[in-house]
Amino acid sequence: MTSPTAPGLAAGRLDAESIAAGFADLHAPLDPHEVLVAADRCYFCYDAPCVTACPTSIDIPLFIRQIATGTSAAAGQTIFDANILGGMCARVCPTEDLCEGACVREAAEGKPVEIGRLQRHATDTVMARQEHPFVRAALTGKRVAVVGAGPAGLSCAHRLAMLGHDVVMYDARIKPGGLNEYGIAAYKSTNGFAQREVDWLLGIGGIDLQTGKALGADLSLDALAEEFDAVFLGTGLGGVNALGIPGDDLAGVADAVSFIADLRQSTDLTTLPVGRNVVVIGGGMTAVDAAVQSKLLGAENVTIAYRRGRDAMGASRYEQDLAASHGVKLMFHVQPHAVRDGAIDLEYTSDDGTGLRGTGEVVSLAVDQVFRAIGQTLTTDGGLVVEGRKIKISGAGRTTRSGVWAGGDCALGGDDLTVTAVAEGRDAAMDIHATLMEGN
Amino acid sequence: MADLTTDFLGIKSPNPFWLASAPPTDKEYNVRRAFEAGWGGVVWKTLGAEGPPVVNVNGPRYGAIYGADRRLLGLNNIELITDRPLEVNLEEMARVKADYPDRALIASIMVPCEEQAWKDILPRVEETNADGIELNFGCPHGMAERGMGSAVGQVPEYIEMVVRWCKKYYDRPVIVKLTPNIADIRKPAQAAKNGGADAVSLINTINSITSVNLDSMAPEPMIDGKGTHGGYCGPAVKPIAMNMVAEIARDPATRGLPISGIGGVTTWRDAAEFMALGCGNVQVCTAVMTYGFKIVDEMKSGLSQWMDEKGYTSTSDFVGKAVPNVTDWQYLNLNYVAKAKIDQDACISCGRCYAACEDTSHQAIAMTADRTFSVIDEECVACNLCVDVCPVENCITMEAMAPGTVDPRTGKTVQTEYANWTTHPNNPGAVAAE
Repeated sequence: MTSPTAPGLAAGRLDAESIAAGFADLHAPLDPHEVLVAADRCYFCYDAPCVTACPTSIDIPLFIRQIATGTSAAAGQTIFDANILGGMCARVCPTEDLCEGACVREAAEGKPVEIGRLQRHATDTVMARQEHPFVRAALTGKRVAVVGAGPAGLSCAHRLAMLGHDVVMYDARIKPGGLNEYGIAAYKSTNGFAQREVDWLLGIGGIDLQTGKALGADLSLDALAEEFDAVFLGTGLGGVNALGIPGDDLAGVADAVSFIADLRQSTDLTTLPVGRNVVVIGGGMTAVDAAVQSKLLGAENVTIAYRRGRDAMGASRYEQDLAASHGVKLMFHVQPHAVRDGAIDLEYTSDDGTGLRGTGEVVSLAVDQVFRAIGQTLTTDGGLVVEGRKIKISGAGRTTRSGVWAGGDCALGGDDLTVTAVAEGRDAAMDIHATLMEGN
Repeated sequence: MADLTTDFLGIKSPNPFWLASAPPTDKEYNVRRAFEAGWGGVVWKTLGAEGPPVVNVNGPRYGAIYGADRRLLGLNNIELITDRPLEVNLEEMARVKADYPDRALIASIMVPCEEQAWKDILPRVEETNADGIELNFGCPHGMAERGMGSAVGQVPEYIEMVVRWCKKYYDRPVIVKLTPNIADIRKPAQAAKNGGADAVSLINTINSITSVNLDSMAPEPMIDGKGTHGGYCGPAVKPIAMNMVAEIARDPATRGLPISGIGGVTTWRDAAEFMALGCGNVQVCTAVMTYGFKIVDEMKSGLSQWMDEKGYTSTSDFVGKAVPNVTDWQYLNLNYVAKAKIDQDACISCGRCYAACEDTSHQAIAMTADRTFSVIDEECVACNLCVDVCPVENCITMEAMAPGTVDPRTGKTVQTEYANWTTHPNNPGAVAAE
């Protein structure tokens, strides 16, 4: 074992037990009595604000009432009817910004109903059963290509299969799951949940999963459009924005998403190197995930450097506090100026209303590892019209090309959240179905 | 600090909190500990006649109804009277009474409806120096099948007859414990009074099946695949008990008859409510079976604090004070008009008032796109359902309309004068107002 103060990049800064404890389930499942107490707190609001706040519009009061009356499997079914990745969403949704943030008990007493954890209980109940809870409709004979097996693609493929269409689902990576598998903090998706969820989802049948096939390299949109009755693109954002400063190309400067992906795929976290001094540039969930996990691997000093104020941060206040509670330092109003060997220069910023500017004042931090988490970009647009650096869509994911739909992070609109991607995939599937079945 | 000392039928106790005849008072060990914990009195678990005692089932005796967080709201039991020999109980009662002369000790009795049976047991109870007896005419399960308990309590003539025997063979106060499993509670109370009873106590438990086991298709509590109705008690029965107490308290035939209040008393407030309806004291059972004897500390401190706040120096200051305000529906003031009012600052926009009013009442609450809820005075009949379903206390209130203002629902001016159904023009039997 090395130690948190070992210089440079080093693996095994903490012992295996400490690392395992740190990466344990962030929100452990509620026990059966806790479930009933938590469920009982729901007021069963009229036209409930939590439902409005959920991108997939899960009927939350109904599923909580089903839990409260001892029918958690029925509750899980209510969730999956709206959101087939309800299990993952229960783990990774920023509920404080969505359903729980809208809960009237949050307004009343600052303690919302624990919707996320109740959803986990209900979905776990269903997923622990052997059989898949949905059956396919009579086969339509239609074939749809789904490109990208992340949240949007999985959601779209499942709904299409359920409606009786045959689906071929491609993914560029070796494993399906997209960001659920590669891009989310390990303590939010423990025990291989992302893969278990995909396996469970595929239990509906009718989805042929083909991994290691990337659009642009192995697949072309033209060929797909030719072969299939419809195409859905849920390719996400594979590229990472560069810092655009001197030293961006130095060893030790890396993408936060790559770090998280390596961490998620590691079979032994004590072998994963991390810097003694880590600086994460950015203010979103990815920045927090990278920072907290660096700390959990044993980095001595971890700093999130964000160019604007706390309120503008993409990461929720809960996520900010989570980082702080792990000893991550949050710096606001600083932007990267230059990376040098063993140090990073950050320049203070101000915004007088005409745009963000550096003040000229620079602070230097010792650094062994810098993570870029300042947003991601499309790796390919498949030749489709792009707007705001994303694939332009209208309605339920219709791209500018007939027969091609898109959803999730690669498509215009919506927050870049798992739950939003699920909603977009589902809605696109319904629109594809309506289109394919027109006149039938 | 207010004086909680209570004089009930000449029986003094340091506070009005007695333990009801039930499992907690079945033996010396429990009763001593109850007195040490501070209970003002005890009604000893019901004694049966000399001879082989009754036997109880060897399976579950209780069934429960739960509220949030498994809070016990209602309890049902199929336990019988004491299953210990009469002599043992009598010896223990005598010892306990000798050691706790300042506490009330009442013997509950249930023997067959034969004069000899009462003539036999009463002198022996008297020898214990117990302060009085309570006739168990209420137990609704098991014993009732043998012609005792509620089987007697449901026949006013039997009540009167047995009370007369008791007054004949026993010199101390006789309390008659009434069963609620009857259509009109005033009749057994009148019979008790006519027989010479010094007081009534009520309610005993209510016939009930708490739940059905949907796997074995049998009621709970279940004994080897079968169940029977039990006696229901606990917080759930309090409203039923209080109505029966009030009926007796305001019945001209029984007015002034001392009442010991029983039925879901769990806190000092419950006790104060029963006493305001005319009870000289209260008896507690389910609450101690749920939480133990210690709850009496809260009951004493709570009642005392409330009495201090209200300026009552003795419990007799407020006993029966609410009775004059219990009336028949026909005497309610039909000229009183109220409207619901929603405090927008307190409202958390859950919409429960809207769902309740829109779906099941008078469509008198409006909802805007931004979830602001407000009362439509033109429709509101002041039914109070919105108040009852609102999760925020005092968020919705019923505001009386001032006389002289116009009720937008009826278009009529609110009158100052009191007017009830007996004189209402829609009442075919209306009498002309004088």
